[in-house]
Amino acid sequence: MAMSKRLLTSLLFGTLAATPVWAADPIKIGVSQPLTGAVAASGNYVTNGAKIAAAKINENGGLLGRQVELVIEDNKSNPREAVNAAEKLILSDKVPVIMGAWSSTYTLATMPKLEEYGVPMVVETSSSSKITKAGNPWIFRIAPTSAMEAQAFAKTLDSFNPPIKKVDFLSVNNDWGLGASQEFEKMFKEHGIEIGRKETVAPATVDLSAQLSALKDTGSDTLIMTSGVEQLTLGIRQAAEQQLPQRIVTTGGSFPEPLLESPGPKGYTSSHLLFFSPWTPESAVHPEIAGAFVDAWNEEGYSFPGLSEGFRGYDGIMTIAAAIEGAGSTESEAIRAALWDVQVKGVNGDISFFKDGPEGKESAQNEPNVYVVQLKDGEVTAQ
Amino acid sequence: MQEILQHTVNAMVLGSTYALLGIGLTIIFGIMRVVNFAHGELYTLGAYVAYGMVALLNLDFFSSILVAATVGMLIGALIEFAFLRRKDLKNIDEVMLIMIGIMIIMQNLELMVWGGVAKIIPTPFSQDPISFGDVSISPTRLFVFSIAAILLFIFYLGIERTRFGLAIRATFQDQDAARIVGVNVKAIYTLTFALGSAMAAVAGALLAPMFVATPLMGDLASLKAFAIVILGGLGSLGGAAIGGFLLAFIEEFGASYISSAYRDAFGFLVIIIVMLFRPQGLFAAKERVG
Repeated sequence: MAMSKRLLTSLLFGTLAATPVWAADPIKIGVSQPLTGAVAASGNYVTNGAKIAAAKINENGGLLGRQVELVIEDNKSNPREAVNAAEKLILSDKVPVIMGAWSSTYTLATMPKLEEYGVPMVVETSSSSKITKAGNPWIFRIAPTSAMEAQAFAKTLDSFNPPIKKVDFLSVNNDWGLGASQEFEKMFKEHGIEIGRKETVAPATVDLSAQLSALKDTGSDTLIMTSGVEQLTLGIRQAAEQQLPQRIVTTGGSFPEPLLESPGPKGYTSSHLLFFSPWTPESAVHPEIAGAFVDAWNEEGYSFPGLSEGFRGYDGIMTIAAAIEGAGSTESEAIRAALWDVQVKGVNGDISFFKDGPEGKESAQNEPNVYVVQLKDGEVTAQ
Repeated sequence: MQEILQHTVNAMVLGSTYALLGIGLTIIFGIMRVVNFAHGELYTLGAYVAYGMVALLNLDFFSSILVAATVGMLIGALIEFAFLRRKDLKNIDEVMLIMIGIMIIMQNLELMVWGGVAKIIPTPFSQDPISFGDVSISPTRLFVFSIAAILLFIFYLGIERTRFGLAIRATFQDQDAARIVGVNVKAIYTLTFALGSAMAAVAGALLAPMFVATPLMGDLASLKAFAIVILGGLGSLGGAAIGGFLLAFIEEFGASYISSAYRDAFGFLVIIIVMLFRPQGLFAAKERVG
């Protein structure tokens, strides 16, 4: 009996002692990114950016007096896996909010689950207009839509010499690539620019020579290419090998970074639409934030060009952190409500949301900044 | 006309690498009746061995291909020796499961060691293309095509003109008869598996510098290899070579003149048609089916 009394006492004290530990349990934030598969490079960069944000938040005392813990899931560059990742994050890890899922296709696949379980997701990369037009009130997109990107590019049209008169498209065959080519086509037509040939490529394809040969004699002066780091690298290299006469402009914010170390043929120039230019952090809206992020990234020893996508993860987690702070709670519904009011100074610029999509079920959309850089012989120049 | 020529050049390069992939797979099936699901992973292994040699150990590019072939051969022999020699293996299903298991293990090991991000393998070749009028080809592709063509030729001679080739062909036709006339069938099995694996590894080491090395590159390669082998006829060496070129031409011209969105579909569409009218494949003898 004495024994069990002692046991009871120790259990009681044990429980009491454990209570503060429970209160200090970290706040979990879910991250769904393609860490393997066709667009693995980008997913890893975004995840690295998210880790830097979490470390910074924790250094400054965490959120609501608690530390932040990222629960990172690999969606394997695959929409089915993206659904599994979201379900695991929500049901098993019990995260109140998610950042994801890079590609529009993975985000679109994940969206019904957000609605089913009532969990908000900050969309850091996906650009298909379908995402915010679908009437899913759990979506908060900080990335620009393809339409925004096209409009931003329209402002730089005059800087191209010789001028852009006719364009071809080479797009990855998914929601992102097809959506981007549609929006850019619309924009070019508005500016009286002729549309040439439109080619697509499956996401995992490495040999783009058939498509590129077909684009060789179209008489166009510009080729708009939309895909991830891997395919942009292969596409630009193979286009140069086939001596494609068009200038290449890539959209979507990915940068073919392997071309910095192993450049293609000499003298071949390509232009890249980015949402952060790590070569010129001083030209960002908040140079001090951009500069500090670049420093933190370099300190970790991550690859420098990865910054052009890594910032997405940083801005995404900072947006979520602001919402949790604003909500004063880790309930999904409260975080969702607070996300509408965030005013975050991010690496890309100011982050805040406006309503997009069908009335009563609006998604949230941010208006980010777009930058153009040029790559020639392994050297980058910013515009 | 120029465009057709450029497409032909592209398809020849692609076809030569498809043929290498297909031959490795078909020789293993033809002789051992083993459906080698790990073929794509041996291809990936070759790519990463080449990457490791060139980028990390600073070995020259040409030797790295030889090292990749050797490693592929050793790993192939090891797989055969450790997993496929067991006496209790009764049917093709058990062997298939073993090979699927090996595939999953190898793929995840590659992922663990190299990470998910693609690697570029530097080559000593100039990046500037060689041009004939409007038709151009990069020196790397020309090299890949030449080596693939030479390897296919050596492979053909080895099988048709040597005593070792004769032993392989004898085992291919009738194991028991081959054993009776003194062929060491067990050794032939190990050698065949090693040879088929080496072909896959060489294909990986040759192709990765042209494209990139990723841990999942074997998935698509496996799919194509199976398509080629089924097209040419399971177990037919000539069929695999011709099937490789055929698939490349169908993909290249289908993508350019019909629609690039269905590039991979054209190949499989043709395979379905071939299966309807010639289920044994284009070049295999009928009795090999079933």
